[in-house]
Amino acid sequence: MLQSLFASDFIENFPLFAIILCLLCAVISFVLSGSGARRLTYVLVSVGMGLNCSVLLHNLITGERFTYMMGHFPAPWGNEIAAGLLEPAFALLFGVVILCSVAAGKSRILLDVRADKQNFYYILVDLAQVAMFALCYTNDIFTGYVFIEICTLASCGLLMIREGGKPLVAATRYMIFNLIGSGMFLIGITLLYGVTGHLLFPQLQETAAAAWSSGMYHGVMVVSIGLTVSGLAIKSGLFPFHFWMPDTYGTATPSSSGILSGVISKGYIFLLIKIIYRVYGLDLFMETGIQNILFLFGIAGMIIGSVSAIRARTITKMTAFSSAAQIGYIFMGIGMGTREAMIAVFFHICAHAITKPVLFLAGGALIDASDGKRDFNALRGAAHRNPQAGFAFLCGSLSMIGFPIFTGFISKLYFALSAFAFPHKSMLVLLALAVSTILNVIYFMYVSVILYSGKTDPARRVGFRQQRTFTVAVFVLVLVNVAIGLHSQPLTSLFEAGLDLFLG
Amino acid sequence: MLTSFEDLWIHVAENYIVIVSIILFGIGFTMLLFSRNLLKKVVGLNIMDTGVYLLLVSMGYIDGRHAPIIADGITDAANYINPIPSGLVLTGIVVSVSVTAIMLSLIVRLYEKYHSLNLDEIYELRNKEENA
Repeated sequence: MLQSLFASDFIENFPLFAIILCLLCAVISFVLSGSGARRLTYVLVSVGMGLNCSVLLHNLITGERFTYMMGHFPAPWGNEIAAGLLEPAFALLFGVVILCSVAAGKSRILLDVRADKQNFYYILVDLAQVAMFALCYTNDIFTGYVFIEICTLASCGLLMIREGGKPLVAATRYMIFNLIGSGMFLIGITLLYGVTGHLLFPQLQETAAAAWSSGMYHGVMVVSIGLTVSGLAIKSGLFPFHFWMPDTYGTATPSSSGILSGVISKGYIFLLIKIIYRVYGLDLFMETGIQNILFLFGIAGMIIGSVSAIRARTITKMTAFSSAAQIGYIFMGIGMGTREAMIAVFFHICAHAITKPVLFLAGGALIDASDGKRDFNALRGAAHRNPQAGFAFLCGSLSMIGFPIFTGFISKLYFALSAFAFPHKSMLVLLALAVSTILNVIYFMYVSVILYSGKTDPARRVGFRQQRTFTVAVFVLVLVNVAIGLHSQPLTSLFEAGLDLFLG
Repeated sequence: MLTSFEDLWIHVAENYIVIVSIILFGIGFTMLLFSRNLLKKVVGLNIMDTGVYLLLVSMGYIDGRHAPIIADGITDAANYINPIPSGLVLTGIVVSVSVTAIMLSLIVRLYEKYHSLNLDEIYELRNKEENA
């Protein structure tokens, strides 16, 4: 009964429903109060999760990808949405992370955002969510560009909505880097359109492969692929373009930092993977040699991001630089390009998306428990003052390090295993993993020891009652982290099946 | 393959729009990246986008054909240019207008706060504020 319900063709409308619903809620939130808009966002994200979950179940049952034609214009003219297994899975993941980040940072949003602008914050969250859904589901490269820009605008708003000069400067810097990235992406897809004359992924792939094998367009196609890939790499913060990260993540309200580092940078990376597999095709992409550049920059990012994190003097800057290192892992995997490495990449996207918001939100709560001071001296003993936040930060740190039972361990294990199947460079990958993990241990354990050192006045202790939503939301993310860490097999098979559907 | 100087000239003459748009893109890109004045950065952004739009629109244009609006009852597609790039440019213009608006509003707020449009000066003032 349930099986036939989820097998119904009607479910193929759901990705579009989710996108339209987010846009509608963003508009309605204009006339709502702050708390009303917040509730609407909760409902919206939950409904969005339900819709994505149904699409995932539908595709699991049918075992096929589906393409949804918009506006009854058949390919190659119309616009399309396509979903296999990876698209709804990541849309679902992004929904969970957004919901938990917003819920956990609720009290900080009330403090950081002006009272009459509270509802605007939730409008921006709705817009960020619609952009994420669209980046996951779109089958049209220009729609991808438009939603990249919507995502940029929403994330810039999420940064600058906090009062004060520092967030403004950070937002400007973030915006400039993002605009450079979008510009490169736009000219990249324009050149590709010039060669192929198509915008939809399947037609693009067909004509791009034909154009490549004709040998006439090698130069322009390499330039186009290089521009598109580097545009998205800049936007997601690959080394050496990670310098906006500490400013950006360090000054925003913790929910925004969580959404930006956990979800938005991953949305760009997911689109990049989709373009590599479904537009260029893996073979063509490998022939250009661009994957080697991604591989090297990824490794450099893993090491230099971690070194910068060790040198950082505040907890938020350290967590932000650690994001640069984790993005490095993901790009190293994309650069390796093997099937095993891609599974590791998907796990790492997952691990980072559910761990980093925990670190930012718990870090924010620990700063609050230390009179708003961010430096390590002031944070001494903060985990005693706010035990829930301290424990969540510890769990997040362990996951980032790659401690067993957490998702971070699974992704690092898969990276190491895939290194053995990667000819010529396996030693380099293993060495980079080892060095980066040791560096991770140094800074995360240093902070954790500081947080748990010393004693504190029991009167300054923040209890569970004062921060119920925070605790529940953060621990949902920690539990998801542990659940995936303990039972990774179902997710591995999902990613494998999803990758097969991706390849067609 | 280019075999002589004349060949090069023929290539340049055939592809002059592409060359102009790449030059425009380059100018805009460099301004956006390296100019320290925030307003010039916004100008650079718009020049960069314009370069791309010029390239896109030129791809859809076919010599000797008309704008894709049915006139005189001619429905044969061979009479008209490709309308899709023009549609994309319109979408792109909307996007760059909104991005420009957000950038300008950011600049207004930064100017109110720091009384400067120079990014280096703003960083300096912010660092002073942070250390104070």
